[in-house]
Amino acid sequence: MSHASSAGTPAERPGARRGVFGSGLAKGLAVTLRTMTRRSVTEHYPDTQPELPPRSRGVIGLFEENCTVCMLCARECPDWCIYIDSHKETVPPAAPGGRERSRNVLDRFAIDFALCMYCGICIEVCPFDALFWSPEFEYAETDIRELTHERDTLREWMWTVPEPPPLDEGAEEAKEVAAARKAADKAAQVAEADMLAAHREHPAEETAAPAGQPQRNPDPEATDQGARSPGDRNAPRRPDRDEAPRAPDQDTRGGAE
Amino acid sequence: MDAVDVAVRLLAVLLSFLVLPLLVGQTEHKVMAHMQGRVGPMHAGGFHGWAQLVADGVKFAQKEDIVPEGADRRVFQLAPALALIPYLLVLVAIPVAPGGGVVQVLDAGIFFVLAVMGVGILGSLMGGWASANKFSLLGGLRTAAQLLAYELPMLLAAASVTMAAGTLSLPGILGVWEWWWLPWQAVGAVVFFTAGLAELQRPPFDAPVADSEIIFGAYTEYTGLRFALFLLAEYAGIVVLSALTAVLFLGGWHGPFADGLGWLWMLLKTGVLAFGVIWLRVSYPRLREDQIQRLAWTALVPLALFQIALTGVVKVVM
Repeated sequence: MSHASSAGTPAERPGARRGVFGSGLAKGLAVTLRTMTRRSVTEHYPDTQPELPPRSRGVIGLFEENCTVCMLCARECPDWCIYIDSHKETVPPAAPGGRERSRNVLDRFAIDFALCMYCGICIEVCPFDALFWSPEFEYAETDIRELTHERDTLREWMWTVPEPPPLDEGAEEAKEVAAARKAADKAAQVAEADMLAAHREHPAEETAAPAGQPQRNPDPEATDQGARSPGDRNAPRRPDRDEAPRAPDQDTRGGAE
Repeated sequence: MDAVDVAVRLLAVLLSFLVLPLLVGQTEHKVMAHMQGRVGPMHAGGFHGWAQLVADGVKFAQKEDIVPEGADRRVFQLAPALALIPYLLVLVAIPVAPGGGVVQVLDAGIFFVLAVMGVGILGSLMGGWASANKFSLLGGLRTAAQLLAYELPMLLAAASVTMAAGTLSLPGILGVWEWWWLPWQAVGAVVFFTAGLAELQRPPFDAPVADSEIIFGAYTEYTGLRFALFLLAEYAGIVVLSALTAVLFLGGWHGPFADGLGWLWMLLKTGVLAFGVIWLRVSYPRLREDQIQRLAWTALVPLALFQIALTGVVKVVM
């Protein structure tokens, strides 16, 4: 008793000096009462979906059109939870007389989310932007083996990847955007020169040529516009832009024209 | 009073005994949640989890009824009933409306009520002793110490009201009650309510059940329906304490249109006090065992004695 009271007395003294007796008690009651009148912050999850920030680490989506089977993700993964199978295919020469090229074709891409520790190293390390974080989180299974998700599921999750948040004011432009714009500008210049040349050579075909010429390279034009509009800074990252598999030699072809 | 009348009144008491504690319990769920910025139960029953306690009851009923091997079997099994039933008996003597709005008029009503409420504590003591568990025993000892410390100020505060009214009968006290008794008996009201909280072992006086120190005190070994009965006894205790405080210090059914709406006034005052019990629980941390004792002996007992002196002086002067 004496020990406890000696511990209790110093704590009481400053309280008595501070204000009216019982003001601390009243303050405690006021806090709880005020909180009761405010709206609670509870997320009503199963009834309403939570609003997750765009950088949430929910699940990993695979944008398999970008994947070159370089295996960097599988090798960097600390948990060894990424499984990749592939084979080589020979592509006929792009130009007549050229030589055949070989390229990797993805056969299997699976992530075992029972092993995954959501470190995001695979996404960081992917040089071709084929892996993305998605805020999607409702993929619980009743069997642990069903947590190994194959490429079709991973590709489906790609649709849930949100647009990245806009860059800060005055931030450096993303490298991809700058490169895409450079290529587009170059292509536009070439197209303009072609058109002028065609106009000089065949003035009679004036009506047909301008309609036909720009159609040969619609992609650089589109990329150019996309890169310049401020809301679309990181446009090349978005999956809906490149739905068709990107041919490896696309850039060279565009530049040659 | 014929047999039908008695049956109806007893039924009303039983019904309120079954409904009101659950109402308080549900209110506690929701009020406590909102005071902590949560929403509390939302699913059971559909609308804002109104049936949460019903669901809890069903869950408790399904659980196995376990008696520890070393326990004093009979005493252990009897304890929850002993904790609960006194509160049911007390309800019989509490007047809810003017002119016969009480099941049984007792001349020494306040004696009966306080004595029977004291019996309720025995449930915890029995459970604590019979469980053959050191935490239960500690809880039981704390309960006993708390009962001894707080029964005195509670009785003294109640004595002050009976002095003022000149009667021990609860309807009799309400019969002579005037509004200016509110400030006159204010100190006694605070003492009575605080001591009542301590007897119910409600936070901040919940050292006897302190789940973070001694598991759940005397209730540690209880499971299933018996445990639920202890919990129900706690909420029934809140109802009884609130009703009794309302009758003794807040004028019970007194209020505008008391003839017709007396029962509503009584219910309202009881409800406000029950809300206060919940509010205190959410706001204050648990008192230490020695702090509990010191509050009783150095604050509440002197205050109660002061109230009696004040009552006596006013009574003599007037």
